[in-house]
Amino acid sequence: MNSNTTMTHGVNLDALGRKPQSRKLENETLCIETKDLNLFYGEKQALQNINLSIPEKRVSAFIGPSGCGKSTLLRCFNRMNDLVDTCRIEGEITIHNETILDRAVDVAELRRRVGMVFQKPNPFPKSIYENVAYGLRLQGMKKKRTLDEIVEKSLKSAALWNEVKDRLHDSALGLSGGQQQRLVIARAIAIEPEILLLDEPASALDPISTLKIEELINKLKDQYTIVIVTHNMQQAARVSDYTAFMYMGELIEFGDTDRVFTNPRKKQTEDYITGRYG
Amino acid sequence: MDNKGHHISQQFDAELEKIRNHVLAMGGLVEEQIRNAILSLTENDAQLAEKVIENDFKVNAHEVEIDEECSQIIAKRQPAASDLRLVVAVIKTITDLERIGDQAERIARMAIRLSEMERPKNQYVELKNIGEHVASMVHDTLDAFARMDVEAAVKIAREDLKVDTEYDGIMRQALTFMMEDPRSITRMLDVMWTARAIERIGDHSKNICEYIVYLVKGKDVRHTSLERMEKEAKR
Repeated sequence: MNSNTTMTHGVNLDALGRKPQSRKLENETLCIETKDLNLFYGEKQALQNINLSIPEKRVSAFIGPSGCGKSTLLRCFNRMNDLVDTCRIEGEITIHNETILDRAVDVAELRRRVGMVFQKPNPFPKSIYENVAYGLRLQGMKKKRTLDEIVEKSLKSAALWNEVKDRLHDSALGLSGGQQQRLVIARAIAIEPEILLLDEPASALDPISTLKIEELINKLKDQYTIVIVTHNMQQAARVSDYTAFMYMGELIEFGDTDRVFTNPRKKQTEDYITGRYG
Repeated sequence: MDNKGHHISQQFDAELEKIRNHVLAMGGLVEEQIRNAILSLTENDAQLAEKVIENDFKVNAHEVEIDEECSQIIAKRQPAASDLRLVVAVIKTITDLERIGDQAERIARMAIRLSEMERPKNQYVELKNIGEHVASMVHDTLDAFARMDVEAAVKIAREDLKVDTEYDGIMRQALTFMMEDPRSITRMLDVMWTARAIERIGDHSKNICEYIVYLVKGKDVRHTSLERMEKEAKR
């Protein structure tokens, strides 16, 4: 069938316009990889033997019921779990083949490379401008011209510029929830991370703001590797290229989103995304 | 037939079940239409043929209703995975069922025309045979749909080859008659149209069988070979 394939919108189609059955993970450049990852909170094991390869400059979504470990896994990627005293990690996590779990790793630098956005927008009680400039100032950036440029560029990337350009020095707390969330994303991308971790970025937002965030994710994936945790399965289906389904601390299935949502391989995935009890 | 767990939303279960039953009801009606159309032809029963023509609107009404039910489910439930495939397969299946209904109506119209002409001694037994053949194909297809039986679906798709062979035979025979006796041309053309309509029913059944493979296995086997269909069904 290869002899009569055509390219349409960058997708390889066969003679009937059918897409190949699934996007191939093997053809991607890998960004984050985990190997036999186990994580414990005290006695309780929260992640079991996770082996996962997250491709670069793609959106990967983690779905699964509450308490299945998807946020825990996400937090591993910038070592947010270090902040939990009882947390113990075994196994390996690499970003571009470099381990991030080693004691010698500079965690502040890691978190600069791996930005994170949470469920509830958490702007600092400062002006819109200062929120975005905060990370840069922390890095010692003082030149006002450069700061201005980066703030503008980041707000534009976060699709917020037009709404706030005339009130950059007003308090960020005066923005709506959806605007605050985009501001937080602008703050995260101002320091040019490689990876963006989004932990339910839209679950506290109204449908319109949600769509704006989704639109933004779609725009940002050209530049960043994005990993998103979401409870909204339709959102995962809409925004992600790859979907991981987790259940009780295990990775059940990871694959092309188009396939996972139409023809999942595992029964547990099927039961979850169709809303059945397993 | 459903070996899956239940939805958390029982209402959703009920809605999907309703659609499935509705398709089977529509299919039952379509099958009856075919059998009556063939009967009206072979028994020279113009009255029965009229009834078939009248009833076609019922088939169409089913199609419209089921379409609406599917739209509602998509809008309200955003079905995924096997639920999504069920809704998609149903939407496509009812299109083919409706067209089968149209072919039955066409056969009934031919039956009326042929009832006004001279009849052969064999009372169109060859049309009766191929007609019963496709009627049972439709019956088995609906059965396979209800039981989500891919093996049966592949078997039925294979049956369509036999129908095609029977159809070729009828066409050749009709051509011979027309060459031997040009006065029979008018009647023979109607016979050919009838055979054509019956043969099309076989094709539509085969299409539905392909949707069954998609529904159960998630693989699109349209416009491929029977071998490919068989392979996907076994996976």
